[in-house]
Amino acid sequence: MKDPMIDIRNLSVTFNRGRKPVKAVNGVSLSVNSGEVVALLGESGSGKSVTMRSLLRLHPKGTSIEGSMRVAGNDVTELSARELADYRGATVSMVFQEPRLALDPVYTLGQQIEEAIMRHENVSRREAALRALGLFEKVRIPSPERRLMNYPHEMSGGMLQRSMIAMAIACNPKVLLADEPTTALDATVQIQILLLIRELQKEYGLSVIFVTHDIGVAAEVADRIAVMYAGRIVEEGKVADVIQNPKHPYTRGLLGARVELAHGRDRLITIPGAPPDLAALPPGCAFAPRCAEAAAQCITDVPRLTAIDDTASVACVRYA
Amino acid sequence: MSAVTTDIDAPVGVLVAKSPGFWSNVLRRLIRDPVAMIALAIIVILVLIAIFAPYIAPYDPSKGSVIRRLKPIGTPGYIFGTDELGRDMLSRLIHGTRLSLIMGVIPVPIAFIIGSTIGIIAGYAGGIVNTLIMRTIDVFYAFPSVLLAVALSGALGSGLTNALVSLTVVFIPQIARVAESVTTQVRKLDYVDAARASGASAATIIRVHILGNVLGPIFVFATSLISVSMILASGLSFLGLGVRPPDAEWGLMLNTLRTAIYSNPFVAALPGVMIFITSICFNLFSDGLRTAMDVKS
Repeated sequence: MKDPMIDIRNLSVTFNRGRKPVKAVNGVSLSVNSGEVVALLGESGSGKSVTMRSLLRLHPKGTSIEGSMRVAGNDVTELSARELADYRGATVSMVFQEPRLALDPVYTLGQQIEEAIMRHENVSRREAALRALGLFEKVRIPSPERRLMNYPHEMSGGMLQRSMIAMAIACNPKVLLADEPTTALDATVQIQILLLIRELQKEYGLSVIFVTHDIGVAAEVADRIAVMYAGRIVEEGKVADVIQNPKHPYTRGLLGARVELAHGRDRLITIPGAPPDLAALPPGCAFAPRCAEAAAQCITDVPRLTAIDDTASVACVRYA
Repeated sequence: MSAVTTDIDAPVGVLVAKSPGFWSNVLRRLIRDPVAMIALAIIVILVLIAIFAPYIAPYDPSKGSVIRRLKPIGTPGYIFGTDELGRDMLSRLIHGTRLSLIMGVIPVPIAFIIGSTIGIIAGYAGGIVNTLIMRTIDVFYAFPSVLLAVALSGALGSGLTNALVSLTVVFIPQIARVAESVTTQVRKLDYVDAARASGASAATIIRVHILGNVLGPIFVFATSLISVSMILASGLSFLGLGVRPPDAEWGLMLNTLRTAIYSNPFVAALPGVMIFITSICFNLFSDGLRTAMDVKS
């Protein structure tokens, strides 16, 4: 079997700012094959974005990263500043959550895409401009010639996210990281962006890690889903398996808490309690204090992510 | 395969037309602002007066006469009257434009360059570097600007160059603080992360994304300092720390004419009026610039 495109082993990320160190990611292992889309699903603060940003080493100073990450043959933790600059954008690129903030307001979109291309490839500005036009056509922005000359504030959120995607694929990366790319958009635009990402992913054979807190989005776009809670992956498997037959109590809770299931009942089903403080994690399963099925063992031991069949694994004592 | 290349080659002509840049946009908006344009027109006239002072001034600004001292405004031949040594006020005001503008304007761009460099470095570096730089800057910032300017020029000795140096030093901390706070804000924004994620080096990020977003606000702040600088410069001259007599400079003229404030108040106030007009024009222009540069609104 060939090597996976992304291979994260036992990744831990700790932020050392402030009084207490905050353990945002605690031993995540995840591999993504070439041409595969994996959705990282979880609520705010579950470490999904941090895990993804680790792949680009985009953390503030004073953050310690442990474990190993290999992406397309690069050992990400060992890259020098120079190698890192060559790796970012060319091998792995990223689409941000809020396109209005992720594009520089004082340059036109064309200029920003040209910059991104010229950063990695030795081409003239004219050639880069042609490539930018091609990319704008690719992401189906109407009247691309004119749009390239627009500043970010002159365009709608959906158009901006398309531009952001165009910029991300400008240097033909192998891996695309998408950090909740549809969260800031209108519902009608969301699906268009998802379809676009899916289409480009197929065409370019990209490996995609798609971070989202929306199960519907994950189901739409992903091949596999990894559910994160308090910096750990608690369940992983094929989309259909996870959604139709969730194993981990947290996943079941998440699926049960969807608004679509409410059918006019006056209260939504929720998971009781609140996520744990990442600066003071409980010694056992992080979900145990909120779990209706917690046993004594759950309070003391952290359950390991265990394979239950060829494709699925879950971190819960009930399946160990 | 060939279809792809022709597809890309087709719209070259459209792309060659350059998009209207940020600054041309600002310029267009600025031209539509009547107040800023009037202020700019007055500034331009003042600059022209300063350049052509010897050709415009009806009399020699330093030639006095005992018999026509302190003539009131409207005296035939001396439209703005004469000062306490019988020198023509109009000629002195015209010549005074030179030194007053030099003292008001020169310190600001120098302080702009030095101050924004310091501030941007502090803001981008963050952490201990930021603390070291900014606390040092705060020591200077803690003094009221008039006091600091007077103290520095007093220590350096009077004279035009020393006055310019001390004014520059007064403005550096103010500009550095603005530069630092804007840079700190910009540094945390997503587009800086996005640039980093697309492989930009620290140098590129500072040059393209930080400078591009930070220089505008600092520049606007700096233009508003020109009026302060004019007033401080006049103050230094008034106290005898800037330009020395018999050179004509508005602040100095206010000083020498203050003895005549009761006998001939209108003539004595004229240099003050000039200072007021000049500084308010710089302020109005700076306001207009700020509005014009706020393209997002």
